[in-house]
Amino acid sequence: MAIKVENLSYVYSTGTAFEKQALKNINLELPDGQFVGLIGHTGSGKSTLIQHLNGLIKATSGAVYYNGENIYAEGYSMKNLRSKVGLVFQYPEHQLFEADVFTDVCFGPKNLGLAREEVEERAREALRLVGLKEKHYKQSPFELSGGQKRRVAIAGILAMEPDVLILDEPTAGLDPRGRDDILDQVARLHREKKITVILVSHSMEDIARYVERIIVMNRGQVLFDDTPREVFSHYQELEKVGLAAPRVTYLMHSLKERGWKVETSATTVPEAASSILKALKTSGISE
Amino acid sequence: MIREITLGQYYPADSVIHKLDPRVKLAATLVFIISLFVFRSPEAYAAATVFLGTVIYISKVPVKFMMRGLKSIILLLMITVAFNLFLTPGTAVFRIWKIQVTKEGIVIAVSMAVRLIYLIVGASVMTLTTTPNDLTDGLEKALTPMKKIRVPVHEISMMMSIALRFIPILLDETDKIMKAQMARGADFETGGLIKKAKSMIPLLVPLFISAFRRANDLAMAMEARGYHGGEGRTKMKPLVYKRRDYTAYLCLLAYLVIMFLVNRLHFVTGILGI
Amino acid sequence: MDIVKAENLKYEYVQVDEEGNEEARSIAVDGVNLQVKAGDFVAILGHNGSGKSTLAKHINAILLPTEGTLYVDGKDTKDESKLWEIRQTAGMVFQNPDNQIIGTIVEEDVGFGPENMGVPQAEIWKRVEKSLKSVGMWEYRDHSPNKLSGGQKQRVAIAGVVAMRPKCIVLDEPTAMLDPNGRKEVIRTVQELNRQEHVTVILITHYMEEVIEADRVIVMDQGKIVMQGTPREVFSHVEELKGYRLDVPQETLVAYELQKAGIPLPDGILTTEELIEELEKIKQTPGESQKVR
Repeated sequence: MAIKVENLSYVYSTGTAFEKQALKNINLELPDGQFVGLIGHTGSGKSTLIQHLNGLIKATSGAVYYNGENIYAEGYSMKNLRSKVGLVFQYPEHQLFEADVFTDVCFGPKNLGLAREEVEERAREALRLVGLKEKHYKQSPFELSGGQKRRVAIAGILAMEPDVLILDEPTAGLDPRGRDDILDQVARLHREKKITVILVSHSMEDIARYVERIIVMNRGQVLFDDTPREVFSHYQELEKVGLAAPRVTYLMHSLKERGWKVETSATTVPEAASSILKALKTSGISE
Repeated sequence: MIREITLGQYYPADSVIHKLDPRVKLAATLVFIISLFVFRSPEAYAAATVFLGTVIYISKVPVKFMMRGLKSIILLLMITVAFNLFLTPGTAVFRIWKIQVTKEGIVIAVSMAVRLIYLIVGASVMTLTTTPNDLTDGLEKALTPMKKIRVPVHEISMMMSIALRFIPILLDETDKIMKAQMARGADFETGGLIKKAKSMIPLLVPLFISAFRRANDLAMAMEARGYHGGEGRTKMKPLVYKRRDYTAYLCLLAYLVIMFLVNRLHFVTGILGI
Repeated sequence: MDIVKAENLKYEYVQVDEEGNEEARSIAVDGVNLQVKAGDFVAILGHNGSGKSTLAKHINAILLPTEGTLYVDGKDTKDESKLWEIRQTAGMVFQNPDNQIIGTIVEEDVGFGPENMGVPQAEIWKRVEKSLKSVGMWEYRDHSPNKLSGGQKQRVAIAGVVAMRPKCIVLDEPTAMLDPNGRKEVIRTVQELNRQEHVTVILITHYMEEVIEADRVIVMDQGKIVMQGTPREVFSHVEELKGYRLDVPQETLVAYELQKAGIPLPDGILTTEELIEELEKIKQTPGESQKVR
């Protein structure tokens, strides 16, 4: 059991006119090695939640356990937690600051107090993992393209060798290819390094393609927590909270309503196509 | 939250003072502060107290908000009082070891303290009842004559209002950058002065880059919307004096006259030796 | 008449080193010919770095062509005496909602453009009211922009441009930083402006769902226009679009996959309804579905 969240609540600006409950009684278990999607519209509390997981925000009540230890216990090392639960924020521009890419990636492991060789070893490995070419290592991070910056930002976290990698909307502002490249890379990381990945995203299509479990947040609470198929079968409820299922889900449901024998649980394009094909074939036979 | 604090100390309320033209409030603040330094008799201070008290009462702003501004000058206030109290030569009232407190010292110290406190409270009345926006507008209009001596009045006020719009955004951004670097093990809290200064680099570099980028974007957006300086520009909300503003000016004049008279009175009583 | 017309438009970015010597040149727009009819809704697609934003900035005369000419409502953008007229004719909305709102109160921001144009005070207020109502942000007129959502901020930015009474609005990736709901809000607003006020819209984006209802889609790659036509025409070339690093709507992709499996679907299906309709047709023709086997 890697991360366990127990009765977690968080209230903003307690005691002022701006008081607002951002999280309400959240209970979650995130076992090792899962690929989890976290969705919810802006203000649903998903960003607040992930910042609790590495101790950047302290809960108003409730607890977070990492590998069985309460992170709010006295003497618990937050620095250590942050190296184990790596959080990559939405905009790489918020973290890149060194003169060159390589030095920037070294920042994390250096903060862990590692020896220089070890730091550089880790930085090199992290940059390799995100698929950044060596010719960029000595370049200024500010000269890179949006997709490359994002890779450097992820490498900056990976260099700390986390067991859990949380990505907050890693594809915002990227074009379709840039988006696919980053997500494919993350999926490869998950497979090769066996680390837990939590992907925060607005795009149901992206989520449906990669994750094994979806957590839906709404108004500071967990609305659904299940496999993509199960979650997307509640597409009408998702719409009510300002979200939507992938577009093929709608297609499959409409076809079903018209008497087609299709799988409504299809969430990706290939699944949908093959299910329609099957339905067409059987209808051909029956006639 | 940070945002609320920095958007000026404006205290929203429905009062005549709030509705006054910012130019009136600027002028009144200026006149009030000057009067504190020109008329320095106990009677004048009494008159100033009545004036300030009345304005605060009309403004409907709780007094504790008025006093908040004093926190920042408490040290200055104490030093000033101490210096005057202990270092003014004259008739000794009492002495401890080598330090003596004189009658003149007490008088000067008290009058200095009163002046300083009234100055801050007076300025607070203005900032608490005027939105930063109105203040900028008022300044621009009030300083218009300075254009003749080539002071870029319009540009200065445009810069001020842009700063007002972007300070909350940049504060928000600072918070995000700090968190992003803390997620990489950065430590902004512990260590000595040098270590702390050094630890600011990962925060300041992204912040500056972002600010420059925003400045660049904003300049482009302003140009795209036809901004080309103050020349030939009309105003959506031009400042126009209303009746209450003239009344306020009259009240201000009355205050000045009273201060003058009261001060003369002191002069008279002073000569008579009362 | 064409509201925007580009003739062999070329733009080169020149990078200079510290001594001012030329370091590198890169061609962002490479010989573009383009004509946009007044009242049209034109979408320009392309991946990041394809030159679409550079092209957009020419229409507002923020950038001037290195070679070739760009006319806005018949005026050459190189003619400096017409600069402010051109900027008024072709308004521009940018990507980052925070960096284009100047006013500290919504209504003041919308009034910024008219103020610059020297519009009389009473008229400014009329325009502010009308444009805020047209984007559905009238109720927020006395709010601080900092408290609005991304989509709302972009609508305020659009109102700010509308208040200048432009004939044409250029939107440079207005939805790139928004969440799906914000994106929908903005696109709906733009579509309404186009339909009801007959403002020409040039929308630059890389989200395919946003261009389905455009009159014309232009695809850019490496500074050149590589495809153009109605959305249906453009989206019938799935492989080609993928080659330009672009997406295709999921419905189109499903249809494309089915086509590859031998189902005789027509090219360029864009919506769920169209796909269902075509599938129903096939299902009801026994001969056709037999073939599938």
